[in-house]
Amino acid sequence: MSAFLVITFSGLALGAIYFLAASGLSLIYGLMDILNFAHGLFMTLGAYAGWEVTARLTSSIGAPASLTLAILASILGGALAAGITEVFLIRPLYGRPVSQILVTIGLDLAVVGLLMGGFGSSALQITVPIWLLEATHVGNINLPNASFLALAVGVVVLIVLEWFLRRTRYGIIIRAGVENREMVSALGINVGRAFTLVFVIGGAMAGLAGLLYALVFSGDLISPTQGDSLLIFAFIVVVIGGLGSIRGSAVAAVIVGLLQDYTSFYIGGHPGWAEIGNLSVVLLLALVLEWRPRGLFGSVA
Amino acid sequence: MKNLMKRRGALIASLVLLVFILLPFAGFSVPWILPGTLNVVNSSGTLIVFALCFMFAGVAVGYDLMIGFTGLLSLGPVLYFASGAYVFDIAITRWNWALVPALALTMGVAFVLAVLLGAIALRVDGIAFAMVTLAFAQAFYFLVENNPHNLTGGDTGLALSNLRLPAFLSGAVSNTRNLYWVALAFLVVAFVVVWLVTESVTGHIFVAVRENERRLDVLGIKPFRFKLASFVLSSLIAAAGGVVYILVIGTAVPATVASTTVTISILIMVVLGGSGTRWGAVVGAMVYVYLQQYLVKVAGEPSFATLPSVLRVPLSQPQFLLGAIFVLFVLFVPGGITGLFARLGVGRDPSLDKPRWRTLSVAKALKK
Repeated sequence: MSAFLVITFSGLALGAIYFLAASGLSLIYGLMDILNFAHGLFMTLGAYAGWEVTARLTSSIGAPASLTLAILASILGGALAAGITEVFLIRPLYGRPVSQILVTIGLDLAVVGLLMGGFGSSALQITVPIWLLEATHVGNINLPNASFLALAVGVVVLIVLEWFLRRTRYGIIIRAGVENREMVSALGINVGRAFTLVFVIGGAMAGLAGLLYALVFSGDLISPTQGDSLLIFAFIVVVIGGLGSIRGSAVAAVIVGLLQDYTSFYIGGHPGWAEIGNLSVVLLLALVLEWRPRGLFGSVA
Repeated sequence: MKNLMKRRGALIASLVLLVFILLPFAGFSVPWILPGTLNVVNSSGTLIVFALCFMFAGVAVGYDLMIGFTGLLSLGPVLYFASGAYVFDIAITRWNWALVPALALTMGVAFVLAVLLGAIALRVDGIAFAMVTLAFAQAFYFLVENNPHNLTGGDTGLALSNLRLPAFLSGAVSNTRNLYWVALAFLVVAFVVVWLVTESVTGHIFVAVRENERRLDVLGIKPFRFKLASFVLSSLIAAAGGVVYILVIGTAVPATVASTTVTISILIMVVLGGSGTRWGAVVGAMVYVYLQQYLVKVAGEPSFATLPSVLRVPLSQPQFLLGAIFVLFVLFVPGGITGLFARLGVGRDPSLDKPRWRTLSVAKALKK
């Protein structure tokens, strides 16, 4: 029973990270019809921005302060990378949807290559405060603090994002754009600015997701290709949740995170079943598509 | 006039093919242009690079049938490529099958996989289709890495056993020439199949699916069957390419055979060359594989180490250079290499974004 609770908790933390990665992808797709392959790159860049901060500052200001700054750096790094991408690579290609996808693929390839050249292709270690490596005793089980962090960030981002999309002017423009882009432009609203904004928001969340994934699931290690392997799961979450739906992404992220953790814990231990966690997620995708091709909350097919 | 162009094209194609067939007999060296330390045209290293060029060119032409002609942006060709390499490898190495039954099994498995997974993935279209095919391919990668029943060898891969192969194919070093010709033959077959299909009524319906699916539906043609047919045919070519790969390279490792990187390489080849033109995919694949091999060689030059690190680090990463070249092509040369020629007045303008190729009448195709 206690193992079940620990696994559930870890699955929720994984779901929180998937949500951070997938909600941005989903918004970008919903508003701009772009399958953003550079999203994995934004995650990786966020993680490297965080690593850079801890590597430079931990000795002078201490681990807790440098980790806080690293989290901010990952958000800024992801947002900046996404903003630059939108303005310089996506904008010249408006009206050419396939080329927009291709350009994000090329960008991902090029910059990951650059990271390999600059930082080496082996993993780098992030220095973290001791408490992040410890666990908190709840009832009779130990829950890792890093998972608490991921879960808290995920919930806060979900609330802020929902508030932003429902209560602010730009949020409402974005939601309207997801519903009907032509109508929004016809009303004289500059949708182009909303495009950049959506990319920046998505990039910020991706950067955060990249750093958090390293802190919670990869033993504080980061590598140039980490984001790309996470990206596939983010894509799956987006399709299961329904393209363009934030709530769909949130629900699907939790389902996928839990499923992946349960199957890999309960079945993955048997010899020859090590990859069942990953496989079960793809199986779920196939089942959801058979049953509801638009995804759980999708309105756009 | 059109006939004359066609005849000239066929003549050039036959000449190029003849040169490639005879290439293994060319014993002279071409410094700077050919990758490898010896630069000799028929050295085994160079012939292997050429064989890889042909193999990828065949796979790319098959992939172009699906994305360029039918307009289905699948991101999963690697699944069928990898299934071809692994099923063949397993049948030969683990089960000691002979060449012909192993080939039959490989193509049979690829066919069943393509029909099943294609039918599921085609329930959605556009971007969702791209994502689903990507996810299926990734699942296959996990499966291979998982090493079920100790069949695939997991991360370390599975080397092809020579014991059951006919003598003329076994051993990449002693029979490089034969493997080179096998790869070339594969490219020719793949190209001819795609050429025949795209010139047929079915091929015209593929293009109609790309241009206006709803209109087809109205005309009483169910697009689903044709989309699936294009998907399956393209996948079978990819699987055959996987067999050629394992014969030439001699070992299958998940990271180089089954990962998404392979899909992205094939996609880049098609776009670089110009999609929906048949020749484009071939040219793109040759250029891509050549650059990939050549850039590694350039990065290894001793004079390279003297460059300042701002230049040396990016220039020594083939992945960076290929990605950057690709981005520049997407931004500034949307039709790829064949598109460049089209602008100079030779051939048609290829691009994945807009309707192109030729105006065709489905009604006319139906009358036949």
